[in-house]
Amino acid sequence: MKNIWSLIKKEIRAYFSSPIAYVVIAGFLLLVGYFFYSLVWWFNAQAMQMAQNPYYAQQININEMVFSPLFHNMSIILILVAPLLTMRLLAEEKKNGTDELLYTSPLSVGQIILGKYFAALVMLAVLLGLTALLSIFAFAFGNPEIAPWLTGYLGLFLMGATFIAIGLFFSSLTENQIVAAFLTFVTLLLLLVLNWVASSGSGTWRSVLGYLSFSPHFEDMTRGILDTKDVVYYLSFSFFGLFLAHSVLQSRRWR
Amino acid sequence: MIEVQELTKKYGELVAVRDLTFKVEPGRIWGLLGPNAAGKTTTMRILTGYLPATAGRATVAGFDVFEEPDAVKRSIGYLPEVLPLYLDMTVSGYLGFVAEIKQVPAAKRRAAVARVMESAGLMDVGRRLIKNISRGYKQRVGIAQAMIHDPKVLVLDEPTIGLDPAQIKEIRELIKSLRGEHTILLSTHILPEVTQVCDGVVIINEGRLMASGSLEDLAASFERNDGVMLKLRRAGGEEAALLRAVPGVERVTVEGGELRVEWGRGRDLRDDVARLALDRGLGLREMRSVAGIEDLYMKIVSGGLEQ
Repeated sequence: MKNIWSLIKKEIRAYFSSPIAYVVIAGFLLLVGYFFYSLVWWFNAQAMQMAQNPYYAQQININEMVFSPLFHNMSIILILVAPLLTMRLLAEEKKNGTDELLYTSPLSVGQIILGKYFAALVMLAVLLGLTALLSIFAFAFGNPEIAPWLTGYLGLFLMGATFIAIGLFFSSLTENQIVAAFLTFVTLLLLLVLNWVASSGSGTWRSVLGYLSFSPHFEDMTRGILDTKDVVYYLSFSFFGLFLAHSVLQSRRWR
Repeated sequence: MIEVQELTKKYGELVAVRDLTFKVEPGRIWGLLGPNAAGKTTTMRILTGYLPATAGRATVAGFDVFEEPDAVKRSIGYLPEVLPLYLDMTVSGYLGFVAEIKQVPAAKRRAAVARVMESAGLMDVGRRLIKNISRGYKQRVGIAQAMIHDPKVLVLDEPTIGLDPAQIKEIRELIKSLRGEHTILLSTHILPEVTQVCDGVVIINEGRLMASGSLEDLAASFERNDGVMLKLRRAGGEEAALLRAVPGVERVTVEGGELRVEWGRGRDLRDDVARLALDRGLGLREMRSVAGIEDLYMKIVSGGLEQ
């Protein structure tokens, strides 16, 4: 555990001693801030109109009209951001020869991978935590429900954790950070839109693709429904990514 | 302290190390000498647990490299050929990190970092970023990180490569100062490094052991003869015949415009040879002793000598 902690500290320091952390945080906040602003603006306009009619006035819901679409937008932005957080994790060590230091220290491959994974999770938590500050305005001036907001963020975190595990796997495959980032991006995007194909298919094929895709599992969480099935999906997908990365590093050394 | 038995490493079809066996006694500095691509780095990577061997055994500080890798890693300090430096860290920050992953207890880390910075001469650059220090300093940081957990054994892969002559001298002095406390195996393809720094040598070529032992033993077993290289105005059969007539001289050969004059070990015929050259007016230009181990190494790597 101590070993993992040492690696986490080192990785987080590495994020902040290069421009990556600052650029990613700034860009992410800019995009999320813009989406939040435009959604609130749209919500405002809608609310004004709907308030005229007592029937529609019942249906004004800031959770469904602002947060749910915001979380969807954020999940798309995370697909762009996650590869940037993971691309250097293993690829850079290999390229610079620093992996030789790690592997000749009393550390296991599992510890190395977990240290890097957790460090990237900390970055993810920082990113999401900073955007949560935006919601303060919604809570201060509106009356959103807290439960769907919390499950939405939990869903984003779980999904981001899955993205990072997949990114870590691609980073283990190559010395080239750009290749690692691009392969991660392609894979994540495919997995996100897999259910589009599924919706036009039929039978088993349809349900398998639908289950594999990220988005259906996220859908409920943005509405405040927390299903263990979805949590298990993200956790097992993350575990699978880490397992693949572990196998790649292990086999590299035994070749 | 280091024992290698019939070690073999194959990369697919390519055999990098073949049936290598050697031994390094505690507290000594041993050189792993061979031309490029002889298998030096592969051997060191196996000893340090970075690569598994295909066959054979190796023990370091009494621990089997394959059975107890963590115990071996704790008792070994390793300077890889490519310096494993995080360029965005400061020198002291980097050494602190290495101390952590080498499992130096938290209470002793600060002292450990101070100790290696002192002995590697890094006190002036401790707070600078590694990417901003010179190649010579980087090499010292590499040696410092190998010593951070005070290992019994140091494995240094080409510790002086890419340095200027003054820096090479400094690093050699640093390594010599570690003699006694640490057992050191250093690889090099430069022969003078071995004769200046090491107590003994393992010579390998194309993955095979060519010779190993202390420098004195090797000199004794391989050089049956002492001798000199002689540069004369003219080096031909005539001069060679004259020199052969000197009592005690066993062999005279012409080598690249010079004469190699050899005689039995334990005698010294340099005065006699020089006197003859002067008396006969052969035009003595230069006379130098044949450096035994150099000779041996050149023969080995050029394939002129099989063990």
